[in-house]
Amino acid sequence: MSSLFRSEEMCLVQLFFQTESAHNCISELGHLGLVQFKDLNPGVAAFQRRFVKEVKKCEEMERILSKKVFYYKMHQVIILTYISDVNSTFEKLEQELREINRNHAALRQNLIELMDIDSLLRMTEDFFEEAESLLTYSEPPSEDSVFIAGVIKQDRFPAFEKVLWRLFHGNFVLRHAEMQATEELQALRGAVKKDVFIIFVQGDHVREKIRKVCEGFRASLYSCPKTLYERKQMSNSVMTQMQDLRMILRRTEEYRAGVLTRAAEHVQEWSSKVKKMKAIYYTLNLCNIDITQKLIVAEIWCPVSDLTLVQSALIKGSEQSGSSVTPVLNRIQTQQTPPTFNRTNTFTEGFQAIIDAYGVGTYQEINPAPYTIVTFPFLFAVMFGDCGHGLVMTLFAVWVTSQAESLRKWKNEVLNDVVIGGRYIILLMGMFSIYTGLIYNDCFSKSFNIFGSSWSVRPMFHPHGPWQNETLHEYHHLQLNPFVPGVYSGDPYVFGIDPVWNIASNKLSFLNSFKMKMSVILGVSHMLFGVALSLVNFVHFRKFQDIFLQFVPQLIFMLSLFGYLIFLILYKWCITLRSEMAPSILLLFINMMLFDYQSEHVLLYRGQKGVQIFLVLTAVLMVPVLLLVKPFLIYRTRMKTRHQVGEQSRATLSQEHMGDIFVYQAIHTIEFCLGCISNTASYLRLWALSLAHAELSEVLWRMVLQVGLKISSGMGSLMLVVLFAAFAVLTVTVLLIMEGLSAFLHALRLHWVEFQNKFYEGSGYKFTPLSFDSLLKTQH
Amino acid sequence: MPSLLFCGPKLAACGIVLSIWGVIMLSMLGIFFSAKSAVLIEDVPFTEEDIRDDKNPPQTIYGLYNQVGINCFIAASIYVGVGALSLCQVRLNKRQEYMVT
Repeated sequence: MSSLFRSEEMCLVQLFFQTESAHNCISELGHLGLVQFKDLNPGVAAFQRRFVKEVKKCEEMERILSKKVFYYKMHQVIILTYISDVNSTFEKLEQELREINRNHAALRQNLIELMDIDSLLRMTEDFFEEAESLLTYSEPPSEDSVFIAGVIKQDRFPAFEKVLWRLFHGNFVLRHAEMQATEELQALRGAVKKDVFIIFVQGDHVREKIRKVCEGFRASLYSCPKTLYERKQMSNSVMTQMQDLRMILRRTEEYRAGVLTRAAEHVQEWSSKVKKMKAIYYTLNLCNIDITQKLIVAEIWCPVSDLTLVQSALIKGSEQSGSSVTPVLNRIQTQQTPPTFNRTNTFTEGFQAIIDAYGVGTYQEINPAPYTIVTFPFLFAVMFGDCGHGLVMTLFAVWVTSQAESLRKWKNEVLNDVVIGGRYIILLMGMFSIYTGLIYNDCFSKSFNIFGSSWSVRPMFHPHGPWQNETLHEYHHLQLNPFVPGVYSGDPYVFGIDPVWNIASNKLSFLNSFKMKMSVILGVSHMLFGVALSLVNFVHFRKFQDIFLQFVPQLIFMLSLFGYLIFLILYKWCITLRSEMAPSILLLFINMMLFDYQSEHVLLYRGQKGVQIFLVLTAVLMVPVLLLVKPFLIYRTRMKTRHQVGEQSRATLSQEHMGDIFVYQAIHTIEFCLGCISNTASYLRLWALSLAHAELSEVLWRMVLQVGLKISSGMGSLMLVVLFAAFAVLTVTVLLIMEGLSAFLHALRLHWVEFQNKFYEGSGYKFTPLSFDSLLKTQH
Repeated sequence: MPSLLFCGPKLAACGIVLSIWGVIMLSMLGIFFSAKSAVLIEDVPFTEEDIRDDKNPPQTIYGLYNQVGINCFIAASIYVGVGALSLCQVRLNKRQEYMVT
């Protein structure tokens, strides 16, 4: 039977399946999420494992997919490797993208050339005019004059000019102009500045030389027609060509964007597939492959109650892969300790997590989680008790719980894990805080008077009581005397602390005493509960001897000392005493331990001396029982077996040394007995933190909000608006978040140390099944 | 018409939460002040003269109580305005989100 009470019973199972069906079977088991694979090759290093190459390929693909290269780096070619199992659209996509990119680059180059020609043609107009006028002045234009036009980078131009000078000794005309850098050109080519140049020289043979020089300087040359009419025609054709090219480029880019966006829809799917595959290969690395290479042997831990599910998953996997042989399950007995598996749902998950954070329970030990669901929020609320703050916390938790799925998209890890994972914890903490806030009668440091206070001031005045009109003028502090009839109605306030205490100046004396005693009562009850849980553990593990040697003495020790303390507290609360003569419980307790009974000490009830002496003696008697009886029994059984074995001496027993057992028992006893006192005192933090919270709350009200309330003029409301905003912000940051975290931490510590060291061993290891759900969840 | 948007989505959401809290808490405070609750005596700005020179006790104190209560109600109504403003900002933010995507 699976429940949260105790961790599940686990079994070790051997699986045999065929190599062909391995992939599908493990995939099915991963979807199921209920088996943990044991490492059958523990001595093998990571890089020596069988499937290490496949794992590396998966990691490479993961890296590429995670970088989302698809989306934003459209100009780069994506190199993808693929594994045969992945959908072949990966491969097609890669080829398509390569082709598109190639075409795109070629078209772009074309466009750049055309734009160069275009600007060249425009600029050389003036040059031609100038050159014609020059040449007509110098010589008649001969057929030999040639001109060469081209484009060169601006920073290379001076060197270019110098080289030409050296070559032709000035027998040439060189004109250059900076090319207008249009936005389009900049987008295509970048911010490189280029110059247009044109060279007029005499002679045909120099054309080759110039061409070589231009090549050297990486200037691109373009042929330019001589006549104006031809140039105009060329200019027009270049224009139309550029228009066409621009349109083609745009279409290409649109097409590429379309291909990529369609691929982008699959990125999520592919990356999860890659993750699953990597997990499967990693798991295969843990298994054994036999000699014939046809059979894979795996050892898994799985819960006994889920064996049928595992079986059906394996059958489904092998059917999918089309193999004829069904996998074989073979349950084996083992001495190894199985992992600890606690089946949780979304509600109990958070509480189990905070228990496991301190230590995962030993296999089949009792699980403190179900009790933590109630005691943890309750102890938090005792330290936090304010119904206004509790209400805000509850509303916040309700909002987070209702929006949990959409809030998971936040990438912030802290918020994700803590707030969303712990939303039910926060919800319970808030609800319990409202309850304790009503008990403490504290709402943003003010009290509610719902049922009518039991104290009344009017009877203190004449003629019932001693006060006169003058008494009010003389004294600053007056004390209500409950023995004057009518002042105290005789019935306490129905639920919680009387609201009159909120305006009393000795509020803290009363509340401190109340909260301290309450903390001790809660602490001793919590610890007694922990001791009782150890009984359940002993019964389950069949350590019946320990029940009488450990559980019973511990219980008697604790009850006779601290149970009696609780009795004293409750008794003193119930009887009527004159406060001047009431004995202090602390002093009573100390005197009890020191056997100090002097006649002037006031006792609470008749026979108290005898009862107390009896209880202290019982408690003291329990200490040697805890300390010595168990080791002696072990010693005696060992002596007996040694006699029975006789001469055949097993010289070195593989058991513990006798001295070690005595020391261990001594440590355990001292820890328990001294721990009783120190742990009880430790629970006084419940009082301390609730006092701090109440005081902070009151200071905040008095120093922030009251300032606004006390302004009675017209500006009062505006000041109130501003000050209320400050009050709200400070309440949330200081009182809710800071105090909340502090109370959370202390309540958690009380559970981990004071409660759990009475019964919890916590030395197990957690069950980590192969589960694709949790794998993909951590991806986000 | 220039955009009326002057705060981001988070600030507007905080504004709504603060306004709702302010309206509820300040109006409850106003009700409790008008009911002359004794627990709130510390928050009422009375002086020694108010008590000593009172011809008709405790009407002066009651008057002060009422004044503070009215202040609270006015502050609550201001918060209603702030809340409406924040709601507008939230709506405008949502609309801008739709237009961008």
